[in-house]
Amino acid sequence: MRIRLAAGVRGSEKEMLAIVGTIPDSTFPLVSGDVALENDRLRSGDYSFPLERGTAALIAAAIKTLDVFHKPRPFVYLVGDIGRGDGSRRLYEYFTRSVGATDFSAMTLHYLMPDVDWCNRIVFALEDMAVRPVLIADAGAMYMAKMSGNAPLFDVFTPDAGELAFLADEDAPHPFYTRGFILHEENLVPDLIQRAYAHDNAARYLLVKGERDYIASKDGIIEIVSEPLVPALEPIGGTGDVLTGILSGLVETGLEISKAAALAARANRFAGLLAQPTPATQAGAIIEQIPQVLDLLVNSPEKLAMEAITNRANTL
Amino acid sequence: MPLFGVSRKKVKKAPSSPNADRGILVFENTSEVIRAETILRQSGWAIRVMGPPPEIRTGCDLVIEFPLIEKLHILRRLEEARVKPLQVLPVSGPLLKPVDLFHIKDFGKHLMVRAANMKLTVDKETLMIVNISGGGCPDVPYLASSMIGKHLAAAPSPREIGHTLCGYALQLAYEEAKKRCSL
Repeated sequence: MRIRLAAGVRGSEKEMLAIVGTIPDSTFPLVSGDVALENDRLRSGDYSFPLERGTAALIAAAIKTLDVFHKPRPFVYLVGDIGRGDGSRRLYEYFTRSVGATDFSAMTLHYLMPDVDWCNRIVFALEDMAVRPVLIADAGAMYMAKMSGNAPLFDVFTPDAGELAFLADEDAPHPFYTRGFILHEENLVPDLIQRAYAHDNAARYLLVKGERDYIASKDGIIEIVSEPLVPALEPIGGTGDVLTGILSGLVETGLEISKAAALAARANRFAGLLAQPTPATQAGAIIEQIPQVLDLLVNSPEKLAMEAITNRANTL
Repeated sequence: MPLFGVSRKKVKKAPSSPNADRGILVFENTSEVIRAETILRQSGWAIRVMGPPPEIRTGCDLVIEFPLIEKLHILRRLEEARVKPLQVLPVSGPLLKPVDLFHIKDFGKHLMVRAANMKLTVDKETLMIVNISGGGCPDVPYLASSMIGKHLAAAPSPREIGHTLCGYALQLAYEEAKKRCSL
């Protein structure tokens, strides 16, 4: 197997976030290395790719977040996969062989072909790391963590209401098969959270994204973030990826996970507000707003920050 | 320095569910099973022929177990070869049925259709697909980049270019959007 090593590859990655995912281009090679943001594209080694959606949007949001805190940019494991699973399987093979020698402090697994067997092998490979990283899973990685019975080994899942219903349904192999009596309505989220934990199908923390964002653990709901409410964000593809990217960056700064989740939820909403979105807006417009939003939310008292961002949005 | 000032525990393996990501193809007769098996093996899929679970009351005495997530890709391959299964079911619960409810949200100029975990949004005036969201399988970003910015009638359908269950769900949303936009 041929692996393209991007510039800045290191054997040991202390105090660094790793992001594992796919790029929707079947010609994109397996890349492992540093990543940079160049205008509206990302670059890893010789490979440049758009940031509008999927793992690329997550990476871009994480970079914007890490930059605010002057933290190193993430290390990425990427491969082209348009849904055939061939790329994901090549990535799994490389990742499971090499991750044991690394020392990442946080790791986000994202758009990958869900595969129970490979998920088990990933879990085994992570055991070889000297110190376990904070493990975040979203999208296909979250699906396979649940399907394989490995959900409790993860630190954070970031489902939407439909995906939460899938986590809550102990029999469902995919959100497409969630049983009808487990309705994924927003007002049922607290019950679904409880049910997901009852069946050991949730990570240590859940950040459930929706009209209201819920941060929860097995002990119950920790915080609900519901302001500002920007309805036009719901149809925009990539807003969940952006949220997971901000969360990943904040976790990497050392912030306690539930606090990082609440701040990420708030920052994503305010970035969405500042982007003045319509249902046709693309995620890149929201990613652009992350630095100024985080700067205000982190460096000002919360109420003042919210007023400042709302005023800024009103003057746009 | 470790996170949060303490060394984190090593990962501990949880019990796994080896068949949780598998599905079953049910066929009318054994010769169809054999043809489908040949086609799928030649295409490189990890499948196995087995006896049907007791819940299955249709089809013959053999079924094919396959990677359920790749349902759309596999069905397309079988349709090309004119070997159509009677039923496609998850191993974890053969009586489970796909989510069949649509959720519609009208944003004025735009209409959003959700099927299962996938959402497709259309400009009601121009009938252009403006956004695709939800889902977690790796064809979702690919489908979004292939369909966004195209007219609902001219865009490639998820059935044609998708591969997974998320692609399958998006196909349902796409069909419903076309129906609601009178296409």
